[in-house]
Amino acid sequence: MAKPALSASVRLCRNLASLLALALCAPAVVSADEEPPPFSPPGSFTDLGHFAHQDGATLFRAICQGCHMPDAKGAVGAGYYPALAGNQKLASATYPALVVLKGRHGMPAFGDYLSDAQVVEVVNYVRSHFGNQYPDALTPAEVAKLR
Amino acid sequence: MRPVQNPLSISRRDLLRKIGFSAGAAMMYQAMSTLGFARESDYRGPVELSGAPKGTSVLILGAGMAGLVAAYELRRAGYTVKVLEYNHRAGGRSWTLRGGDEYTELGGHKQKCEFDPGLYVNPGPWRIPYHHHGMLDYARRLKVPLEPFNQLNFNAYLHSSKDFGGKPQRYRHIYADYHGHIAELLSKAVNKGQLDAELTTEDKERLLVSLRTFGVLDKDYRYVKSFATSESRGYDTERGAGLMPPPQFSTPIARDALLKSGLANYMVTPFDYDLTPSMFQPVGGMDRIAMALYSDVAPLVELDAKVTAIDQDERGVSVTYVDAQRGGEPKHARADWCLCTIPLSILSEIPIKVSEPMLAAIQAAPYEASVKFGLQFKRRFWEEDEQIYGGISFTDLPIQMIGYPIAGMNQGGKGVLLGGYVWGTNAYEFNSMTPEQRIRKAVESGAQIHPQYTKEFENGVVVSWHRSPFTQGCFANWSDAARDKHYDNLCQIDGRIALAGEHASRLPAWQEGAVLSSLDAIGRMHKKIVGTV
Repeated sequence: MAKPALSASVRLCRNLASLLALALCAPAVVSADEEPPPFSPPGSFTDLGHFAHQDGATLFRAICQGCHMPDAKGAVGAGYYPALAGNQKLASATYPALVVLKGRHGMPAFGDYLSDAQVVEVVNYVRSHFGNQYPDALTPAEVAKLR
Repeated sequence: MRPVQNPLSISRRDLLRKIGFSAGAAMMYQAMSTLGFARESDYRGPVELSGAPKGTSVLILGAGMAGLVAAYELRRAGYTVKVLEYNHRAGGRSWTLRGGDEYTELGGHKQKCEFDPGLYVNPGPWRIPYHHHGMLDYARRLKVPLEPFNQLNFNAYLHSSKDFGGKPQRYRHIYADYHGHIAELLSKAVNKGQLDAELTTEDKERLLVSLRTFGVLDKDYRYVKSFATSESRGYDTERGAGLMPPPQFSTPIARDALLKSGLANYMVTPFDYDLTPSMFQPVGGMDRIAMALYSDVAPLVELDAKVTAIDQDERGVSVTYVDAQRGGEPKHARADWCLCTIPLSILSEIPIKVSEPMLAAIQAAPYEASVKFGLQFKRRFWEEDEQIYGGISFTDLPIQMIGYPIAGMNQGGKGVLLGGYVWGTNAYEFNSMTPEQRIRKAVESGAQIHPQYTKEFENGVVVSWHRSPFTQGCFANWSDAARDKHYDNLCQIDGRIALAGEHASRLPAWQEGAVLSSLDAIGRMHKKIVGTV
């Protein structure tokens, strides 16, 4: 397995290599056949008040995929997390931008955790991946107006 | 000393963000656990439900604390009760993981807890304040033994990865030295006449006397290495006996280094209203109280029941559900009344026939992210090597906390640590990992505080609450504005449906909120049924 992208936290881990080896040798807590490759830990863990990553793909992996899943197809339990893949509600960039900024139903607001540029990055990323092909791009000025 | 006194002038989320920016995990945590709702429980003793009309039925949705309390009380009052529960177990978030337990989170990752017998972790609530009278009363009535939970341990650590060479500091050193330094500074200001406009001569003298005691200052109002300060902060070489080496006084941490570290900011937590002694935990795991309720009402509870629609008319309530494990044909349950304790994060995705104001309220509560780890180690090195018995260490690392077990103290053998209790952005990042990746990260982090982790770690489990299929989040984190707008609408009885749970309380995230909400809702429902309102 590739070394996780824990750039900012490497400084916190003097013995990262040996610890990783330790953890990998420990008794499995997750069934081996259920370990899918798409989940990687992109977390920067640098600050409680904001997310450090700037590009849409990494922000998606650090935040969104936790609930909407790596393939953006959502998840179903007692309730459900909606799919972002092929989601027609993304046709207008304003809608996902508002949901990210303000939250919706049980989903918390991320407006305080993300800059305008980060919101742009992650919204544009989702609207141009996972079967979504919306050519128009959101801009930071538009996000600023929505706050 | 508190960073925050008036949450009304600023949005809760803004406040949490500011606290997160400026002060780190402990204050964030302290704020999360208390802001805007630090008030004593309103519990007034067992609920009175006399005169229930024979044959009146109540359908309860959810078998967490709110649903179980309602089932227990309504059945005793003579109502015909049925409970539908999504999980294959009762208890909801009042939950304990022990060896052999399995848990599959959203995304499909299945964990099997491999703890040794007798060891456990509470992935949800883990402590009961002395003023949560409802929880304590149910523990008493149901004969669930409690034991003390120590939030504060002066020998646990405060840790900044950026200060003191990354070496964790004992709580008692930070506590004693911070008090010593501020007492010395304040004494200086008083003695230089800098507070003459504030204080009378008599009050200056009184203040100086108290500062000398408070900060353990010498006769010249200095905080220095001495017998007195070592009696407060501890010795470098302990006091022994016979011909053992004489004690060595310990050296206080320099003021500038202490301030730079920010570690004193962590000291607010154990003095919060919700977290001061006495606190309790059920012997054997937090789920003991929920299980005691469940043992009384188990025949009324249908497990694996996933509610898919809630309908009502003027005569009653109809609920459609499916087998949560196997799916298949929809099933139906009908009753005269319904108490719905399904978390709003779930309920907002289920068709429900209620008024527009209640529906808006159901859809208005964001659910907070939180992650908890249970890590089993081959030996209790925190006790054997470091003399830490219970309590919590705080760190600026992503795990934010390490909680030490109360059960089995000083008995040797293996132990399970709360290997992390995570809030804020860190919790979202952990949520985006697999369970295995989370545990690996928690072990990496913890090893910076306890190097023994590397050799002694055996296995672990982790619950990231946004991955929980039955809650999709940790608790309903109402903003003040949203609460003001929606709370009354949420708590009204809407036709024949009432809602209950921590989300319908002013004690969010606490079990007491669920208990009180349930008792309040069934009390009002009962009055409506017997026609006294």
